Amino acid sequence: MTSDDLTPLVRQAVAVVVPEADVQALDPAVPIRDQLDMDSMDFINFVAALDELTHVAVPEAEYGRLGTLESCAAYLREQLAHRGASAGPPRSRDG
Amino acid sequence: MGEFRMPSLGTDMVAGTLVEWRKKPGDQVRRGEIIAEVETDKGAIEIEVFQDGTLDRICVEPGQKVPVGTVLAVIDGAKLATTPENVAPAVPVSGPSPPQPVTPQPEAKERVRVSPLARRLAEELGVALGTLQGSGPGGVIVEADIRAAAGTAHTDVSLDRSARMRRAIAAAMTRSKREIPHFYLMTTVDFGSANRWLTETNLALRPAERILPAVLLLKATALALLEFPELNARWEDDRLQPASAVSIGVVTTLRGGGLVIPAIAQVNRKTLAGLMVELRDVVGRARAGRLRSSDLTEATITVSSLGERGADAVFPVIYPPQTAIVGFGSIVERPWAVGEQIMVRPVISVTLAADHRASDGHRGAHFLEALTALLQEPNRL
Repeated sequence: MTSDDLTPLVRQAVAVVVPEADVQALDPAVPIRDQLDMDSMDFINFVAALDELTHVAVPEAEYGRLGTLESCAAYLREQLAHRGASAGPPRSRDG
Repeated sequence: MGEFRMPSLGTDMVAGTLVEWRKKPGDQVRRGEIIAEVETDKGAIEIEVFQDGTLDRICVEPGQKVPVGTVLAVIDGAKLATTPENVAPAVPVSGPSPPQPVTPQPEAKERVRVSPLARRLAEELGVALGTLQGSGPGGVIVEADIRAAAGTAHTDVSLDRSARMRRAIAAAMTRSKREIPHFYLMTTVDFGSANRWLTETNLALRPAERILPAVLLLKATALALLEFPELNARWEDDRLQPASAVSIGVVTTLRGGGLVIPAIAQVNRKTLAGLMVELRDVVGRARAGRLRSSDLTEATITVSSLGERGADAVFPVIYPPQTAIVGFGSIVERPWAVGEQIMVRPVISVTLAADHRASDGHRGAHFLEALTALLQEPNRL
């Protein structure tokens, strides 16, 4: 699984928090919070949505790695690679 | 018989438009149940009933704009005694259509998933949400679905809504600055202990359960207020009217612009975990356009927190008829004297704006002192 493969999941998590956002139009290299004016409540909900979708509970100390779509996808890929096959694949909200 | 009236959802509200009934004549209603939705300058608000009984008849039809206090419906079996003769007819404030004969309403439909912007737009354009298939994530109805259903090009409807919200904010804030003699006090608080507590606590929690700094600020404010009833009060009828519980209005910014101030009741009696659940719920509903009438009528004081992104300090304006508002700046790292050493610590500014008719600087300073002490001992929160 590549970093690119996980970008749709990150977009999906953003859509959970900001349903009115056009997540396909987000620039992968620009901070998500800046693009959508997300506050701390939005962000913690975004982290929770990532957890729900991927079973990766990002520690607070690593929130800094969740700045952009690109960095989120890379971080998730790294975590899932460490976990290996035992945790199973990420899931989409639609099952 | 009891009268179910158009509620006042803030000092600036003079009228509201009945959007929909969730109940029809003959239906049982229970205290706290949402039975109608009303459009105000602050958005669509779900209106709860505060009586048990049976909905006897509806006096205002969807689409009618009526003044605050107008009888919207009559509830049979309610404790408030009234007779049909006492029920004032609805007085439309505006709107092209005259009052229509009252007819039974259809059963309340299953809730549809819809973005806040789309919901507001649907109301503006008269699009029935129940007939639409959403094209957004998980089938959520988005702006494009509404516009497609209405057959409209992008208009300035949203701008109108934004302008109306700004007008409502302007009315409340102008009244506040005209009528309330504000005084301001500010202090800077070492947030290191609170930050450590949050880090240690959140380390063991899944993201959905983690606690935000704002929750500690709300609880500390509520506990500190217990010794300062003049700051947790209303100034009405030219006298101070202290509240019996601490219900904090939380300034919530909306992504499309503007803000709303839903309240969390009895903050002083709740656990931090419980407050986090309530804060997440109320902020989510505010941004989804799903606030309830009780959310907007219970606050006894307001808190404005800039969060982690913003300015060092905020000097807020009191929301009348409350007598105080507390502002928290961003949590920032600054040089801080600890004993005889200079250390880098997370600090936060705390500002109190209070009504000088109700309190004075000496009491306000003691309140900030109490609030500061609580934030140094997060285990007391």
